[in-house]
Amino acid sequence: MDAIVVEAVSKRFRKHRRKRFLTLKSTLIDMVTRKNEARTTTFWALQDVTFSLRQGEMLGIIGRNGSGKSTLLKLIAGITKPTQGKVVVNGRLSALIELGGGFHPEISGRENIMINGIILGLSRKELLQKMDDIIAFSGLGDFIDAPVRTYSSGMFIRLGFSIAIHVDPEILLIDEILAVGDAKFGHKCIEKIEEYKNNQKTILLVSHDLSAVEKFCDRVVWLEKGRVMAEGHPREIIDQYLTYIEREESDSYAAEHAHVTSDLDSHYEHLEQEDLDGFGLLSPHEKGVERKRWGNREVEIIEVTLLNREGKKDYVFQTGEPLTIKLVYQARKAIEKPVFGIGIFLQNGTCVYGSNTDIEHIQIDRIEGRGEVHCLIKALDLIESSYYLDVACHKRDGFPYDYHFRLHKFAVRGRFHNEQGIYRPVHEWSLKSETLSGKALEDHGPEHL
Amino acid sequence: MIANLRDLYRYRVLIYTLIVRELKARYRGSVLGFLWSFLNPLLMMSVYALVFNYYFRFDIKGYAAYLCCGLLPWIWFSTGILEGSRSIIVGSNLVNKALFPAEILPIVSVLSNLVNFLLSLPMLLIILFFYSIKVTPYALLLVFPVLVQVLLMTAIVMFLSTASVYFRDVEQILANLMSLMFFLCPIIYMVDQIPIMQRYPILYKGNPIALVMMSYQDIFFYGRMFDWQSLLIIALCSLVLFFAGYAVFNRTKDNFPEEV
Repeated sequence: MDAIVVEAVSKRFRKHRRKRFLTLKSTLIDMVTRKNEARTTTFWALQDVTFSLRQGEMLGIIGRNGSGKSTLLKLIAGITKPTQGKVVVNGRLSALIELGGGFHPEISGRENIMINGIILGLSRKELLQKMDDIIAFSGLGDFIDAPVRTYSSGMFIRLGFSIAIHVDPEILLIDEILAVGDAKFGHKCIEKIEEYKNNQKTILLVSHDLSAVEKFCDRVVWLEKGRVMAEGHPREIIDQYLTYIEREESDSYAAEHAHVTSDLDSHYEHLEQEDLDGFGLLSPHEKGVERKRWGNREVEIIEVTLLNREGKKDYVFQTGEPLTIKLVYQARKAIEKPVFGIGIFLQNGTCVYGSNTDIEHIQIDRIEGRGEVHCLIKALDLIESSYYLDVACHKRDGFPYDYHFRLHKFAVRGRFHNEQGIYRPVHEWSLKSETLSGKALEDHGPEHL
Repeated sequence: MIANLRDLYRYRVLIYTLIVRELKARYRGSVLGFLWSFLNPLLMMSVYALVFNYYFRFDIKGYAAYLCCGLLPWIWFSTGILEGSRSIIVGSNLVNKALFPAEILPIVSVLSNLVNFLLSLPMLLIILFFYSIKVTPYALLLVFPVLVQVLLMTAIVMFLSTASVYFRDVEQILANLMSLMFFLCPIIYMVDQIPIMQRYPILYKGNPIALVMMSYQDIFFYGRMFDWQSLLIIALCSLVLFFAGYAVFNRTKDNFPEEV
């Protein structure tokens, strides 16, 4: 039997709601001027969403912020009603949405457990029986008798989670709670969820933690702008989702690059050090990274392009993929023995790798006019992150012709999101034991990357 | 509608718990705690007693006792209505995040203030005793005006709590309407002291709130039967009003999570 059926559900919100309240005055004015229609512009938070959940199944919902995930959960929880369509829920449901939402700040945690538990559908008797378990699970200890307003946000959510999980529902809705609390509490939550899974409870998980979704869920629904983009096997849908995000990211990197290069073009007369920051090039979150260009520009690097496996311009690369850095230079006069260099940096300034033609004993005798330098990185064995690229052309003694400091950016995407460090050596895991001799656990070989 | 009411009955434990929460939270953190449910009306009464006994001089024997009979149910009425009309907005975290019938909130406002009223009754008895006013068996009829007042208040808050979700102005208007109503009811004065009320009895006979307040004065201060016919009519009208208000509430409550 289906535990949850969502049938052609749409939800419309009015846009101006959060900005201003409807007042008697505005209503009266609207009644006179009849301008109501124009102002109450609406938007669809969900459009024609259909899926169902079998009893005992665990479904993950992924999607970016604002894609309608939380709205969907609220609809299933029955807190709001769909504008169109139908939601059917079979079984006792507990929603772990905005945990501790109903807490009253002035009364103690213990008293709040009573109220919250009753709201969630437990009886007083059940609650009194479970009280000790709930308190123990929350790990609040003596704080349980202090007013809730004195709690830290972590304690608040832990208590909320603890109550919700002890309701012992047949259907559990979880909204982004695996990241709640410290590691110890996180482990407890995951244990509890596994216990629920083993007991054939139906679970709906909304999360940005894709590895958790992949690990726990039997099926995944991907929401984008209020619509179902895809539905199916977790690995498959997550890959589609990541590819989609990557493409969008790539577009935005490209836009940024266009900005930088157009700037390079229009400002190449300024031979001395220039601070590109001043041109409003950087988005605010990158203010920490100073981006500069200096050199006498006798040789100028007029174009920097990153090429992917197919030789196409790109900004987002997969771990282990080949990457070609293409520099186009313009020498204003004949230059003897120039040196070209590259450097890859982390956001915090850590150098990932740096080298130049001189270090690697590549002799360039003389350049004049326009030309290209290519540097092929055969396998980009870096972990998932975004990286800065410096490129430069200078004399053997280091005197710069043109130095691009942190002007270029690219991102690396991997299959795993929590890898540590910078470098990702190509590796494989295998387990050898008497019962399971020599069988590879899971192939993490390079052909997959 | 009937199914909704049955639902409400099912949630009685929640109503009870929320009332307890409300009462606990109200005085939590103050030194005197629950004593305030006695002290507050006592202080308010002292103010009125001082002003109207010595400054304006209403000639009423046992003025403080008379005042107390009307003032205590009035405090219940006015705070209950004011809190009830705000209840959906104040309780937005519940309305928004939990699945439960929203009509519980205004009802809790009415009932928690009823509990406060009942708790302040011993004070009334002490004051009556102090003025050597005999408490007659009619006092046992208290339950009737209380029931009528519960009905009347619930009916009113059903409308007001819905309205205040959409129009935040309601609160502002209401506070002033309350003080107007206070003076229109014979609480600080007696009906026969006011010439205009003598000439036009409709001024109090047409005011259900005044009639309810007067029935408390009847059973406690005068020690006599209240005007049961009027009270019955008010009860019936309140019932009709309640169903109308509840219907309005039910029609709009699905939108509450988006509006608050």
